[in-house]
Amino acid sequence: MDKARNQFITNSIRIKNEEIFLKRESILSFDSKIDLSQFLKDSYKKLALRYPKYHKMDSLCKLGILGSSVLLRSQHFNADTALVFSNASSSHDVDMKHVKSMESIVSPAVFVYTLPNIVLGEISIKHKLQSENVFFIEDKFNADLLVDYSETLLNSGKASSVVCGWIELKNDQYDVLLCLVSNNGEIPFTKENLEELYRFENE
Amino acid sequence: MSDLRTELKQSIIEQLNLEELSIEDIDNDDSLFGDGLGLDSIDALELIVLLEKDYGIKLTDPNQGKEIFISINKMAEYIESHRTK
Repeated sequence: MDKARNQFITNSIRIKNEEIFLKRESILSFDSKIDLSQFLKDSYKKLALRYPKYHKMDSLCKLGILGSSVLLRSQHFNADTALVFSNASSSHDVDMKHVKSMESIVSPAVFVYTLPNIVLGEISIKHKLQSENVFFIEDKFNADLLVDYSETLLNSGKASSVVCGWIELKNDQYDVLLCLVSNNGEIPFTKENLEELYRFENE
Repeated sequence: MSDLRTELKQSIIEQLNLEELSIEDIDNDDSLFGDGLGLDSIDALELIVLLEKDYGIKLTDPNQGKEIFISINKMAEYIESHRTK
């Protein structure tokens, strides 16, 4: 328990309603309403991601790459940084796209994204992580689960830091909260603080 | 003849989501894999699908792709002699 008290939410990113917040401060928004595809494309350009493989990914992976890249930019993290993700709809949107493609010739490039944990692999490749990762499917945002699992990884020494959170996507509606948890920071890594960050822009 | 090559470049850019490339960026003899366009194994499968959808060419042996997907020129030559549509 003492170790847990030394863990902090070092950084956080929220992506929702065509807007991106870093530590609760808006860093990117658009004047007019744009659909998910345009939002992902324009955000990539405006945030200067420079990762051509991004364009080949499904929307869930694009949200993950976008979120993790901004979250980890200018942050110190090691290759053992674990990923503890969750959502309610798994890989719903790309699953539906795959089902539709079965009417003619199936696209291998669509099929390869029909699992939610693919986003963990894409993030690991981009940020050169060789670490523990897990993707939970939950009915709703579950701070208890994220804190418990992340603390176990941190306290057991399996990870020096963790990126945890919620990355929901269904019918082009998205709701993302990712947090970098490490021993640096001011906001203690607690269920209450994680819930508060999730509630931000969600009420 | 060059129309097919331009058409192929356009299809590859669209089908493989090579958003940061334009037709002018791809030379007819550029390697499609490795140091050229840097395509990967999933892209190779997509190219097999492209051949079937657009030109009616069904590759039964995926290894054939190694000889066909070398460059735009090689792809075009193969399509010209094997297309059914």
